[in-house]
Amino acid sequence: MNEMKKKKPFSLYRLFIYVVLIALAVSIIVPVAWVFMASIKQNNEFYGNPWALPAGFYFQNFVDAWTKARMGEYMLNSVIVTALALLFLLVLALPAAYVLSRFKFVGRKILNVAYMAGLFINVNYIIVPIFLMFVDGNKVLKSLGLPPFLLNNLVVLALVYAATALPFTIYLLSGYFVTLPKDFEEAAYMDGAGYHRTMIQIIFPMAKPSIITVILFNFLSFWNEYIIAMTLLSDPNGGKTLPVGLMNLMKAQNAAAQYGQMYAGLVMVMLPTLILYICVQKKLTQGMTLGGLKG
Amino acid sequence: MKKGRRRSGFVAACIIPATVLFVIFMIIPTFNVFRMSLYKWGGYSNKKKFVGLENFEKLMRDTKFLQSFQNTVLLIVIVTVITMSLALIFAAILTREKIKGQNFFRIIFYIPNILSVVIISAIFSAIYDANNGMLNSLLSIFRKGADPIYWLGDQKIVIFSLAGAMVWQAIGYYMVMYMASMSSVSVSLYESSALDGATKFQQFFQITLPLIWTNIRTTLTFFVISSINLSFLFVKAMTSGGPDGSTEVFLSYMYKQAYTNSSYGYGMAIGVVIFLFSFGLSGLVNLVTKREPIDI
Repeated sequence: MNEMKKKKPFSLYRLFIYVVLIALAVSIIVPVAWVFMASIKQNNEFYGNPWALPAGFYFQNFVDAWTKARMGEYMLNSVIVTALALLFLLVLALPAAYVLSRFKFVGRKILNVAYMAGLFINVNYIIVPIFLMFVDGNKVLKSLGLPPFLLNNLVVLALVYAATALPFTIYLLSGYFVTLPKDFEEAAYMDGAGYHRTMIQIIFPMAKPSIITVILFNFLSFWNEYIIAMTLLSDPNGGKTLPVGLMNLMKAQNAAAQYGQMYAGLVMVMLPTLILYICVQKKLTQGMTLGGLKG
Repeated sequence: MKKGRRRSGFVAACIIPATVLFVIFMIIPTFNVFRMSLYKWGGYSNKKKFVGLENFEKLMRDTKFLQSFQNTVLLIVIVTVITMSLALIFAAILTREKIKGQNFFRIIFYIPNILSVVIISAIFSAIYDANNGMLNSLLSIFRKGADPIYWLGDQKIVIFSLAGAMVWQAIGYYMVMYMASMSSVSVSLYESSALDGATKFQQFFQITLPLIWTNIRTTLTFFVISSINLSFLFVKAMTSGGPDGSTEVFLSYMYKQAYTNSSYGYGMAIGVVIFLFSFGLSGLVNLVTKREPIDI
């Protein structure tokens, strides 16, 4: 409104605001851009001025990281785990959230309270008992003559990710489902649709914006996670996810400096999330107001 | 009758798979944290001995644990105060003022939140590096020839370095969240208060803050839990608790006891303390920030 009046004269206050905002923006852009720059530097360039521009485009870092540091393999693992975990999560959480928010049944209240309480339990609080549960489970499997498959298994890791993301996801989805008027289902039942069909063909398509939000947030948390992955994929020579492999590279970096490889690895972890973010930043920042909290 | 059966069948089919997994991977492990804390248990050997509260008694005399307690509290206080106040101020500026490139700032400020903590740790290791780090190289303009500052090597400084990385990570997320709730505050309130001669400062404290108080309250409650967790993620990737335990926090100490030391019972006693502490603190925050809701 009244654009004319808003055109204020130059003021120190506004200049100050711009300076502060730009300073903060620079403090975010520069370090991230620096990693990209460092990823194409040769190793000896890391011992001089950190602000020096790369001498050339040393792409060998990426090749080394991909093969020598096994980042290629780790990336595939990360893709598999993240995709599987998202699939598990949606298959589990969507029906559960729908029923919990729209059907009255015995035990509903208790379940709602339990899932609410789950919001306060951070996975890293309970990672030790989960790990020990798998150790015990493997012993049982062995005694039955079966292969002990519970540790160092990408599918099991994905299942743990999905299960521990349930409270937050159900909370978010239920928050949407309760706002729908009852008429949708009643009309569907009138037309002879069963419960399953009503849920899958009428309700879920309407919840698409919430589902996308759920996928985005959980993609970020699964892709970036490393404590559970590190614990459950404990075989030192076995498969790892990208962040875990990267952390090992960082630790090894102190002994035998392979800076170039490490920063190339960082770019590999960062790039997918950055690209996704640029594509969907609006959705992501809008979506968070739905939940109002962070898992 | 038949319809009722079909209905309950449907409800069960929807709810049982999720709930079974939820119970196996969240409820039971949580109970196990509490149960195992009462045992003396050395890991794989499976020799469990019930010792009651002995682990907790030991914990109270364990100076390393007390240090991790202190570090955790310090980090929570510093990070919460700085993050929340800066996020609120920036959000207020970006929603209230006509800023050019408002959208650009919003997009940039949110970036740290989508990065893995491993990446942020690597970035900050490069920033804090004593010899070739970005920070020391910038500071050397002002302090020529002085000894480099050991951001991650000096026991007195390292915890604040860690806090800096945590604030950098969290600020954008909360800013965007507060922007969303601030933009729902009616503009007419600001206009009429401006007519009454209220300054921007007064508007912030008397209109903006009270009206988004519910949101601030919820975020604060969860921020406590999330910073206990985040401090662990950063410590694990950046300092491993060092130098000499000066950045050890609750969860990193628990993890160390359980995996490096294989004393699971003792580790779980720490887990119990973490649970009680985080619930207690969340409850306290919730209680202290209780205000009469304002409806407009």
